[in-house]
Amino acid sequence: MRVKDAVGRFGEELAVRHLEAQGMSIVCRNWRCSSGEIDVVARDGGALVFVEVKTRSTVLFGDPAEAVSPAKASRLRTLALRWLAAHPDGHYPSLRFDVVAVVRTGPSGPTVRHLKGAF
Amino acid sequence: MTLARTFAVALAGVTGSVVEVEADLSAGLPGLYFTGLADTAVMESRDRIRAAAANSGAQWPSSRRVTVALLPADVRKTGSRFDLAVALAVLACAGEIPADPVAGAVWIAELGLDGRLRPVRGVLPAVLAARAAGVRRVVVAAGNGTEAALVSEIDVRVAEGLRDILDWLRGDGPPLTAAQRSGETVVPAGTCDLADVAGQAQAKRAVEIAAAGAHHLFLVGSPGAGKTMLAERLPGLLPPLDDAAALEVTAVHSVAGRLGERAALIQQAPLQAPHHTASVASLVGGGSGTARPGAISLAHHGILFLDEAPEFPGRALDALRQPLESGVVVLHRSGGAVSFPARFLLVLAANPCPCGASARECICPPQARRRYLHRLSGPLLDRVDLRVQVDPVPHAELFDDGRRESSAIVARRVAEARAAAAARWRDTPWRTNGSVPGALLRSAPWALPRRALDPAERFLQRGQISARGLDRVLRLAWTVADLSGHEIPDEGDVAEALYFRTGAGERWAA
Repeated sequence: MRVKDAVGRFGEELAVRHLEAQGMSIVCRNWRCSSGEIDVVARDGGALVFVEVKTRSTVLFGDPAEAVSPAKASRLRTLALRWLAAHPDGHYPSLRFDVVAVVRTGPSGPTVRHLKGAF
Repeated sequence: MTLARTFAVALAGVTGSVVEVEADLSAGLPGLYFTGLADTAVMESRDRIRAAAANSGAQWPSSRRVTVALLPADVRKTGSRFDLAVALAVLACAGEIPADPVAGAVWIAELGLDGRLRPVRGVLPAVLAARAAGVRRVVVAAGNGTEAALVSEIDVRVAEGLRDILDWLRGDGPPLTAAQRSGETVVPAGTCDLADVAGQAQAKRAVEIAAAGAHHLFLVGSPGAGKTMLAERLPGLLPPLDDAAALEVTAVHSVAGRLGERAALIQQAPLQAPHHTASVASLVGGGSGTARPGAISLAHHGILFLDEAPEFPGRALDALRQPLESGVVVLHRSGGAVSFPARFLLVLAANPCPCGASARECICPPQARRRYLHRLSGPLLDRVDLRVQVDPVPHAELFDDGRRESSAIVARRVAEARAAAAARWRDTPWRTNGSVPGALLRSAPWALPRRALDPAERFLQRGQISARGLDRVLRLAWTVADLSGHEIPDEGDVAEALYFRTGAGERWAA
């Protein structure tokens, strides 16, 4: 379990750096509630972005983003609603769901792929 | 390259249609998505082809969203036959293999997880459809090679595994080998010969007439009299199938998945003898999803032998009526209608009564016997021209010197009679006397002279045959004449026809 968690932490760190490099500002990280956890909430201009970070050590078992199944996508939508209910003060003209796929050992170091508006 | 296309073949019944397989890479959550009325087996190929590609040394575009379209999108696609085409389309659009050679062929095979190409049902009609659509090259699994090679004038290649194909497409490996026809040409008919049957002169004559004119036949007789023996020898009397018929028959057997790896062209009339517990679906075709051919289609251009005919469910027997008339069976499904060819010679056999005892031992009341044979419906029996009583063979005949007419000699007479009939009906859609409608036989120039009709006239006057029965008699008379080399039936031919029409007991004197 510990190795797995460490890989995830590492991936999230890379993902956040990547998002910030893209000019997005991080609103909150690892927000938890009874239905689960949102990895990253960020602002991209006027849009509020819910980000799911998926990290894999290798691509031998498929691309990390493939692990975002329709069931997972719908769970993230629910989580987003819970987050918005918990933060009633903000005003967000638009919402977006992104997936950041991190592969720890690519051919040239770790790779980060950012799928905007993935679902 | 983010778009690639190739071709496969979809099957409905024994008709194939070429399907274009397109693959497109786009942004979005990774995965493989199908459009175009694909069934579960096609959808499941998602997992098969991915593993097959990975195990064949190809890089699957796992970080991209792949959309596969099977076009035309409104034709239902079923089964695993699309695996290879889908895999190659995806790999081509991912840039793993050159797109042009992939688009230049039709690919028909199922993929195993290890990348092996596995044979599928219905390859023969699929390759025929590809040829008809103007395709020049088809690639199939090695296990389907002999079957696909039955189609001429098209380049058929076989491969053992996906890796062979990828190497060839990339120019790293040898070209795929051309499919070879099986060395075995004719499926042997078995060793039954008409000479094995002792006695039964009448029944043998009836079988000969049935073979010559393609008349349906009804054998009634006590157990052990030789009904089954006679029916089993009927295919050996029929002429070998011509090329077109052989392809039709082989295609049906291919769709039913009955050809196996060393498939050869079926050149002899097939015999189907379903057991009387057969369901309607197994008899006329059916099954869930895509309908499969039933016994009547597997007996196309051959014999359908129903032993213990009254024991068959009435629904099953009556389902035969429409195919008997039209020579095809149309099966309706929610996904559309499928038709299979079903032009067969029907041979019914029955005991005279349910107890199955010999005529001397049977103590069934007459009503029981009547009720038993009444299970065969009037409309069905009406289509049966020949009715014969098969009696137990007397001892003297059973131990004769064994010099009896062989199947080969009878088959020669049958072939000559069939040739005469085909020549006579060459300007009509019919080729055998058994299928010519009665109205034509009663009209000029085929109407018989009064003198020849004399015996029939007497039967008519006494009410022993009906007007419809007369049509059957006329058909039989023409076949009897063809067998005896007469230009037109004479009095004797008509008399023999009458005998076989009314022969098997009083119940059918109508």
